[in-house]
Amino acid sequence: MYRIAQKTGVSNKQAALYRLIGIIGALVISSIFILITKKNPIQVYASMIKGAFGSYYRIRSIIIRAIPLAITSFGISVAFKLKFWNIGGEGQIMMGAFGAALVALNFPDLSKPVLLLFMAVTGFVFGGLYALIPAIFKAKFNTNETLFTLMMNYIAIKWVTYLQYSAWKDPNAVGFPKIADFSKNAWLPDVFGIHAGWVVTLVLAVVMHIFMKHSKKGYEISVVGESVNTARYAGMNVKKIMLEALFISGGLCGLAGMIQASGVGRTLAVTTSANAGFTAIIIAWLSRLSMPVMVIVAFLFAAMVQGGVFIETAYQIPQAVTEIIQGMILFFILGTEFFIRYKIVPVKKEQGGN
Amino acid sequence: MKEAYVQFHGIVKKFGTVVANDHIDLDVEKGEILAILGENGSGKSTLMNMLSGIYMPDSGSITINGKPAEIRSPKDSIKLGIGMIHQHFKLIDNFTGYQNILMGNSSASLRQKKEIKKINELMDKYGLHIDLDKYVYDMSVGEKQTLEIIRVLYRGADILILDEPTAVLTPEEIKKLFVILKNMRSAGHAIIIITHKLNEVMEISDRVTVLRKGRNVGTLITKETSIWELTELMVGKPMDPVIHREECELGEVLLTLDGVTAYNEDGVKVLDEIGFELFSHEIVGVAGVAGSGQKELCEAIAGLYPVHKGSVKCMGQEIIGKTPGEIIRMGVSMSFIPEDRLGMGLVGSMDITDNMLLKSYRDQKGLFINRQPAREMAKKIVEKMDISTPSISTPVSKLSGGNIQKVLLGREIESNPKVLITAYAVRGLDIGASYTIYDMLNRQKKRGVAVLYIGEDLDTLLQLCDRIIVMFAGKISGIVDARNATKEQIGLMMTGKVMMYV
Amino acid sequence: MDLKLFLSAAVIAGTPLLLATLGEILTEKAGNLNLGIEGMMLMGAVMGFITAYHTQSPFLALAAAFLTGALGSLIYAFLTVTLRVNQQVSGLALTTFGTGFAGFLGQKYVGLLVPDNVKAALANVKIPLLGDIPFIGDILFNKDPIVYISYVIVIIIGIYLYKTRKGLNLIAVGENPAAADAAGINVNLYKYVHILIGGALCGLAGAYLSLIYVPAWQDNIVAGRGWIAVALVIFVTWNPYKAIAGSYLFGGLDILGFRLQKFELSIPQYFLDMLPYAATIIILIIASVKKSKKNLPPTSMGLPYFRENR
Repeated sequence: MYRIAQKTGVSNKQAALYRLIGIIGALVISSIFILITKKNPIQVYASMIKGAFGSYYRIRSIIIRAIPLAITSFGISVAFKLKFWNIGGEGQIMMGAFGAALVALNFPDLSKPVLLLFMAVTGFVFGGLYALIPAIFKAKFNTNETLFTLMMNYIAIKWVTYLQYSAWKDPNAVGFPKIADFSKNAWLPDVFGIHAGWVVTLVLAVVMHIFMKHSKKGYEISVVGESVNTARYAGMNVKKIMLEALFISGGLCGLAGMIQASGVGRTLAVTTSANAGFTAIIIAWLSRLSMPVMVIVAFLFAAMVQGGVFIETAYQIPQAVTEIIQGMILFFILGTEFFIRYKIVPVKKEQGGN
Repeated sequence: MKEAYVQFHGIVKKFGTVVANDHIDLDVEKGEILAILGENGSGKSTLMNMLSGIYMPDSGSITINGKPAEIRSPKDSIKLGIGMIHQHFKLIDNFTGYQNILMGNSSASLRQKKEIKKINELMDKYGLHIDLDKYVYDMSVGEKQTLEIIRVLYRGADILILDEPTAVLTPEEIKKLFVILKNMRSAGHAIIIITHKLNEVMEISDRVTVLRKGRNVGTLITKETSIWELTELMVGKPMDPVIHREECELGEVLLTLDGVTAYNEDGVKVLDEIGFELFSHEIVGVAGVAGSGQKELCEAIAGLYPVHKGSVKCMGQEIIGKTPGEIIRMGVSMSFIPEDRLGMGLVGSMDITDNMLLKSYRDQKGLFINRQPAREMAKKIVEKMDISTPSISTPVSKLSGGNIQKVLLGREIESNPKVLITAYAVRGLDIGASYTIYDMLNRQKKRGVAVLYIGEDLDTLLQLCDRIIVMFAGKISGIVDARNATKEQIGLMMTGKVMMYV
Repeated sequence: MDLKLFLSAAVIAGTPLLLATLGEILTEKAGNLNLGIEGMMLMGAVMGFITAYHTQSPFLALAAAFLTGALGSLIYAFLTVTLRVNQQVSGLALTTFGTGFAGFLGQKYVGLLVPDNVKAALANVKIPLLGDIPFIGDILFNKDPIVYISYVIVIIIGIYLYKTRKGLNLIAVGENPAAADAAGINVNLYKYVHILIGGALCGLAGAYLSLIYVPAWQDNIVAGRGWIAVALVIFVTWNPYKAIAGSYLFGGLDILGFRLQKFELSIPQYFLDMLPYAATIIILIIASVKKSKKNLPPTSMGLPYFRENR
């Protein structure tokens, strides 16, 4: 007979070791799926790594994939720090991209810096406002934000679908439902061969880290997230802080949308968010809301997807296998949290205790 | 010698590195009331939770009726005829009384009529009467407790454990409870009552077992012992059970409330024409049944609760309409210790330094926070208040209850307030730590601070305070001089039956 | 547009929603929010289809879907109940996994049709007498067997929740697991059983899509219906009877845009597609503004339970 007891004093090193064991466990179990396709899992994993990191071109493409994940994670984590479960990153990305597109399509001839700045600000504001809607209801009526933000995702996606297939459909793209490409001035410039989003990501990682750890606002967000009552007793305006934080949270997601539309898609499309809003939740959670860690985790997630794309062409293994591996790794990492927090101890049998 | 009905043999239970129970032996007979006396943290509840199946002992064994009992879950415990009434009631708010009684018992049939008849017979037998069709969220604390007792009896428990059953009751409700307990004793139940209140031990129990720091330090026959002997056993050294009151000359008026009225979100009046004055060099106590408006009163003064009408003046200046931050800066400091200790005034996951910042960070210039002054303040408080902590960067939730409260009060006092409002400052503290807090409050009083002390224990209020405001249903039902009021008087005023002003 | 035909189609479109919603009601009543419905539906859909394709047995196909759904939720249950992991993240992980699972196993079957004999076995059967009621008869009682099974499940869950002791215990677990535990209810067992049955129903819902609604395999066959089910649970305030009406309503909204196109109404289909989500938001808001003690989510939903927590 065993029982579960809480553990104390697990060092970061041990915790990292547990997680590493978790990842290995996930890969072992995922091998079953690879074996179904009659391939050698070790070979497949090796080529996934090669496929991800094997060339400059591939690393570049990982970075491009990682950018929206990282920025969205920053945004999500601001809300999570407040214990506001913003599952709506997907919708906020879409609305940010929509805001950017609105500017790009209406003012195609502004000069590049002005236009890009205008797009970024609009994207941020649109994303922020979109997150503000559930936040207002949460602040006023304590409306469940998890489900509210979740629903808002679908509304945003349907809205963009409408634009792409109907209202903004490009008449020049004969029959093909797409929105017209932005003008060249609305394209993010490349820096060392990769669109400037990566610079924005690194700058934001530092800025947001300082913001959360050393600014008054960041301090307030932490206090409110930990205890609304304590915040009130300290004289903080809880509702105002919640609204401000959610505006920032949604704004960052919106900015990610703007960067995707401008730097990658060159226009707005239903595929702009590409599940980044959901993946970012997982990244933020795994990184324990630490911005620098998020950059690394986002990179690793992107590498996994990149590796998956490679093995699809190299081995004819469906790309879906990366989703299975991703899911498995998540299951295992989530599971290891338990072993970091608790221990299992045997219950000693006493004499006389049957 | 005949074997006792329930026996504990060498029970050990550890939480991490803390030993909550250290080789405890204990026994209870049928038809007796055993009191388990001990300070908070002495391991009383942990020990009893082993009987109710919430915890399992690390080692040691329990026998019931001569047979070894292995209690792995509350279900096992119920099967063995054990019924526990927890300090925090284990009731479902969204269920009616009947639903709460019927849940869990899977063997009972679905024919409600038969069960309801059985329940009603039980209520008659023991003189318990409440409306079981009411939802729990509409019940008073006393009703909830009665419901718990009915449930335990319905399940056929012959061993009954009550964890601090009087903590939330009025003196009148306590009397009723004791009558019920005596009825159950005559009916042949074995009853264990966990408490830290000495006079209750003397009044109700047949025997008393005293726990100190997880050890059984003695089992005595109640008739043959005294409050002084029990105190000494419980605390570990002889101690005067009377709290010192600093005698001072009253100073000027610092805080004046007049006709303060407030409504809650549902439109119910929670403060009704509250008016009193608070002088420099005095401690004024506030007594009342839980939920009589104490919390709202504190929050109204601190600017956290919307006041419908009336005025609150601090040194002649109206503070209604000011923000909480402005009120703090005027020298009104408020600390409220909630039941879980953290959560109002402190942030559990943050360290002492960051908790020092809570009320002062706004006074810093710019967008960023300089933690250096807070670090120095944290060091100072740790030293001054003798807080035992590994360091000032330890999360406060890792500290013991007494130390957490010292951090909170220390911060409030460090801000040099003119008016200090403190609610439940000794909640959950052992006697030694409580006395440290009383000393601190007395020192503030001597310095000229006006202290408003919201308390639970009437004995403490009578000994520590100069005057006592008694609240009932949001009204002041009386203000008495603590030097010549009695507990019975205050008890009656708490139920709104007597109004008295001095 | 023929109203009867439309309502009849709404029932069919609503049935997978109904099954998934019922599953999630059971799960949430046990205090667990499982955001993995979409994943479990996909898992059930693909396993149901593959089994039908290879065995030609409708019974085995449905059983496979049922079990696969339960298996998916077992992962979730193990993580959230035994290992006490964050429920939201675990559910999202399950959706990721389920999407990959279906995409991976289903890849070879894309575009293939359900075998004829399976299709025939799951064809519409008119119920005598009830099926002859004018208007309603065809809409509700001239349907495939799964629709009838869904009626039975609704009634069973309704009686279970509101009329039995076990149902009372389940609600107690979701409301206050500590109180339920102290009352001798095996909290973890209740959670496991209901999460598993909930997952199995989601699996069945997925199979309904691949075997009856479409009936062929296509990528991402569930297409967001799992998320609508999450919304529906709130919309119908955790009530299995209301779930019928709610599911058919949302099912109707799902096909409305498609139908309206024929009439060239001015409302674009995309806005109609938003309606289920917008309606759910409105329900959420109304519930929170009213602050009634009834119709609220189970109190402990989303929180892990650990008896020895202190």
